Amino acid sequence: MYALDLVNVKKSFTLHLQGGLHLPVVAGVNFAVQPGKCVALAGPSGCGKSSILKMIFGGYRCDGGRILIRDGERIVDIATASPRTIMVIRQRAMSYVSQFLRAVPRVAAIDVVAQTLAHAAADHGRASAAVLLRRLNIPERLMAVPPATFSGGEQQRVNIARGFLPDRPVLLLDEPTASLDSENRAVVVDLIAEKKRRGVAVVVIIHDKDVRDAVADHIVDVASFAAA
Amino acid sequence: MIDTADHPLLQAEALTKRYGAQIGCRDISFELYPGEVMAVVGESGSGKTTLLQLLSAQLTPSAGQVSYRMRDGVMRDLASLGEAERRFLFRTDWGYVHQEPALGLRMAVSGGANVGERLMAVGWRHYGRIRGAAMEWFDRVEIASDRIDDAPTTYSGGMRQRLQIARNLVTNPRLVFMDEPTGGLDVSVQARLLDLIRGLVGELRLAAVIVTHDLAVARMLSDRIIVMKDGAAIESGLTDQVLDDPREPYTQLLVSSILPA
Repeated sequence: MYALDLVNVKKSFTLHLQGGLHLPVVAGVNFAVQPGKCVALAGPSGCGKSSILKMIFGGYRCDGGRILIRDGERIVDIATASPRTIMVIRQRAMSYVSQFLRAVPRVAAIDVVAQTLAHAAADHGRASAAVLLRRLNIPERLMAVPPATFSGGEQQRVNIARGFLPDRPVLLLDEPTASLDSENRAVVVDLIAEKKRRGVAVVVIIHDKDVRDAVADHIVDVASFAAA
Repeated sequence: MIDTADHPLLQAEALTKRYGAQIGCRDISFELYPGEVMAVVGESGSGKTTLLQLLSAQLTPSAGQVSYRMRDGVMRDLASLGEAERRFLFRTDWGYVHQEPALGLRMAVSGGANVGERLMAVGWRHYGRIRGAAMEWFDRVEIASDRIDDAPTTYSGGMRQRLQIARNLVTNPRLVFMDEPTGGLDVSVQARLLDLIRGLVGELRLAAVIVTHDLAVARMLSDRIIVMKDGAAIESGLTDQVLDDPREPYTQLLVSSILPA
């Protein structure tokens, strides 16, 4: 029983400002992720790995095929779901760690992380956020500071904490370890392993081969989905 | 945050407004759910403000209708409401934040009275409690409490806008309309106001329709977005979807016109 299933997924861009230039990205994307397993998307830069992740999260629109995600008893097709359904699924069924943190002015790092949880859990959320940030070696004194002034690696760790705090069935990670040192890379490998033990289905883009081998159960070659 | 109760709060159906031969906006349909924030973006003259005024019953549509779920759970056509019901919406259940604070405030009375007045309109009579509530809202919108007896004419632009927000939110509305709430403010003042609005909307689980020409404002505050051009909604969807993967030529132009920070 899959947590996430992509069937014949297709994506292209039409750039109207470039005279209607049509850019095919991927076609015929087929893979499924079982609960507790990790699929790594591999392939050269620009082959469409991030686009696939963004389509799953609903941030990019999907031109064809189905993106089926399990939400409790029901199955939702993100490719055709209404904005409102995608909003609900994002809160209940999936988390996404983007390549870069989109920092909000004036919000402390700890709250950036805690705010991914429902409001009712705010106090509890801050406590769990602090635990996670500590594990990712964010010093206590930085937790109360808005992350806009943080280094790239620190921002990325805040971003990772944000994605890992909620326990949702699907976790999407776009280059989570790219700007991290080896110590923090090891923390992320452990965090992914813990998610898998809790039955979370993980889709990850990681260029670093050692890290990829440490977390992935299957590798999907995105270059094989190159659109004609 | 999203209320999982699956009933829209506000519904527009084929909403059209003509000014003589001119089209204000045409054939706009959408549903807004409790706790959702929807941004309406587009350039000047695209019909954003006309749409906001239709949604908030300040203009009567030429065709189509707007329905609103009253507190008893019944969906009502705004055009069919009686005067008392309309007053209830304007005074209590809705807020309307104008771009120009002077339009939404009474400039000659004190800041505290501006907030207290909305409470008195819904029957509050106890002076101490009204002042207490005003004081609390001054704190929430970050205006020093020693300014409570000063008239808003003595406030800065950013303070006036924060006061207008306090005045609107003090009655616990379920829906707030905002017309370019950060327009005309310095960038640093804008950031503070945006963050404040974002926090309050989340905390109070307000539904909001925010008109803005600033895509950064839309990205920061809204869950969903409608792009307007020449009175029509040319593209709509999740905010990140429309801004990160715009389909229409005009939306692609808007998105590509943002200067990188």
